[in-house]
Amino acid sequence: MTTIEVLIHDLVEKHGKNRNALMPVLQGVVACEKFLSEEAMIAVARELDLSAADVYGTASFYTFLDTKPRGKNIIRVCKTISCHMQGKDAIIKAIESHLMVKVGETSPDKKFTLLSANCLGWCHKGPVMLINDEVFPSVTPEKAIEIIENFAKKTI
Amino acid sequence: MSKYMVNLKINNTPIQVEEGTTILEAAKLLNFRIPTLCNHPDLSVAGNCRVCVVEVKGARLLAASCATPVSEGMEVNTNSEKVRIARKHVIELLLSEHNVDCTKCFKNGHCELQELASEYRFGDHIFIDLVKDRDKVRDISSPSISRDASKCIRCQRCVRTCDELQSVSALAVVNKGDHQYITTFLNKPLNDVVCTNCGQCINRCPTGALYERNYIEDVWQAIYDPNKFVVVETAPATRVALGEDLGIETGVRVTGKMVSALRKIGFNKVLDTDFTADLTIMEEGTELLTRLKKALVDKDETVKLPLMTSCSPGWVKYQEHMYPELIDNLSSCKSPQQMFGALAKTYYADKINIKAENMVVVSIMPCTAKKFECNRPEMRDSGFKDVDYVLTTRELAMMIKQAGIEFDKLEDESYDSILGESTGAGVIFGTTGGVMEAALRTAYEIITGNEVPFTNLNIKPVRGMEGVKEASIKIKNTKPEWNFLEGVELNVAVAHGLANAKQLMDAVKSGKSNYHFIEVMGCPGGCIGGGGQPIPTSAEIRKRRAEAIYAEDMGKTIRKSHENPEVIEVYKEYLSQPLGHKSHELLHTHYKVRKRY
Repeated sequence: MTTIEVLIHDLVEKHGKNRNALMPVLQGVVACEKFLSEEAMIAVARELDLSAADVYGTASFYTFLDTKPRGKNIIRVCKTISCHMQGKDAIIKAIESHLMVKVGETSPDKKFTLLSANCLGWCHKGPVMLINDEVFPSVTPEKAIEIIENFAKKTI
Repeated sequence: MSKYMVNLKINNTPIQVEEGTTILEAAKLLNFRIPTLCNHPDLSVAGNCRVCVVEVKGARLLAASCATPVSEGMEVNTNSEKVRIARKHVIELLLSEHNVDCTKCFKNGHCELQELASEYRFGDHIFIDLVKDRDKVRDISSPSISRDASKCIRCQRCVRTCDELQSVSALAVVNKGDHQYITTFLNKPLNDVVCTNCGQCINRCPTGALYERNYIEDVWQAIYDPNKFVVVETAPATRVALGEDLGIETGVRVTGKMVSALRKIGFNKVLDTDFTADLTIMEEGTELLTRLKKALVDKDETVKLPLMTSCSPGWVKYQEHMYPELIDNLSSCKSPQQMFGALAKTYYADKINIKAENMVVVSIMPCTAKKFECNRPEMRDSGFKDVDYVLTTRELAMMIKQAGIEFDKLEDESYDSILGESTGAGVIFGTTGGVMEAALRTAYEIITGNEVPFTNLNIKPVRGMEGVKEASIKIKNTKPEWNFLEGVELNVAVAHGLANAKQLMDAVKSGKSNYHFIEVMGCPGGCIGGGGQPIPTSAEIRKRRAEAIYAEDMGKTIRKSHENPEVIEVYKEYLSQPLGHKSHELLHTHYKVRKRY
């Protein structure tokens, strides 16, 4: 078994083999791998006796279950109206030029993927940025870069 | 337990219905037609197209009548101003996302969205055209099924069909909101995924998003080519359904008219797949008895039982994908279509003095998977492609119309000979349980010399539309050479529709079943409900087609495959005996393990 197959096998051991287990298993894979590869989706389908198309359909529905390769850290900047009015464009611009990527892309060192996100529920403290599971409210362009640099240092 | 009855009014007409009835069903009882698109009688309720909205007094919003159960005192209006405006907008919004190139569409004239548009006569479209990439979204990778996503209205009938009826789920819904669309795993070509080519999705697609790969023009070319000798074979189930596409009532047999129409179209010989259905029984029946002998007398533990039928190419491919460990249980017999092709280009070509290379074999099938089957590399045992083109029942209806033939006015004609004679046993291949019944009629008589112990040869336990049917026949008074079967209870099972087949296969796999012989047909109802049959389909339509098949059987003088004089002749002149050397060469095949993922 490949590493990913072992991971999925263990997740299925933990969450069970019925269809209800699909979401936690997919989330478990994304937590480790940042995205769902073709191989991963096939392995999940096989373990849960589902069709691969079914697994792909479910994964594609959820923004946080990515099916494209992603960097080690995923930056999501809220693009919804409150954050927009509080200056999310400047944040995105600063990150784009710092990491030399556009929204949707991954940095050449594979440390970061920059994405935009729909409302993260922090409208009172926009603009807000999410890195992996961590929320950073009221960011400025300078603060955003500083936070990202700290993550870069921690990421091998 | 008696059900509660609910009183309501639809368009001011009172009606009492059982609790749980939907508004749509109740309205139908009163003959108020509410248009639908995502709703289908064979599938679960989806309620996503919103075409069937109605006004319920006191409710703030319009209700989707397909998904709303009736309640006491409810007052429904199916045609109020509010309903009419909403319904028109819903249809127009669907059209704004639909590639409206009706004149170029293969489903032209058979499209439910087109029908609604023609009912409402929209004139200018008021919504902007939202069809994306209209020329880049066609998938013609499969020899059986084509997809055109620009025609898809995302009603998900295909997704529900592939899942609920067939347990395959080759198609799924991906993404959400306005990015949502129907596709395969990672958008792979249909031919590269787990699709069995059964075509049930085509039968239920309300638009031209799913349609058969069609070969009508190729067949016309062959007919017009003076150097080609074009032979046509017709499957059992086509004759009980073709009429539906040509203005004839459901359940009416049109065998004679179909033969006449095929001659008028210009086929050189009109022959019958029912003949090779009879031949299949000889080969498969012998295979069953041989396997039983190996298991019971020689105590050979490697022999694979239960034997499983292999006539349905959708089922065969399903098995190749889903149960590769049971692949050797499949009978090695080719399907009747392919036996026909292999014999036509060898034995028959010799007999009528035509060079096989100049012969074109066309088969008319209720099936889309047959198109894939004839393209399998194994199907070239005559030295040529055994069957050149497969047309669905629907395609034949189109050819008949194109040829300007007034079908309902045709006189009945008979099949050509040889390869045109068939028995009632061959005919019933067209419906679920038929192959089993035909096999039992012959096998029992081979073993005992007596007819099967059922009134009029009608083996009722394997008939009908139950998903999985079982029967046991005790073998008594065997002939001396079959005395090892004396007293043996022959256990058989029949499934139709792949979701039912899955149930049966899981039972076999678990080792808990004690079947000797299993018949599976890929489509609900068997071939009469095939993916190439006239649209629409429903339980009622399938029932009437099946009744027509059994009526055809009862009308035949010979009703047992081994008594077919042409079958007897072909063994005498050419094949010598079932499972003989020549049979192995031409009539048997092998299978291929395919990936499920």
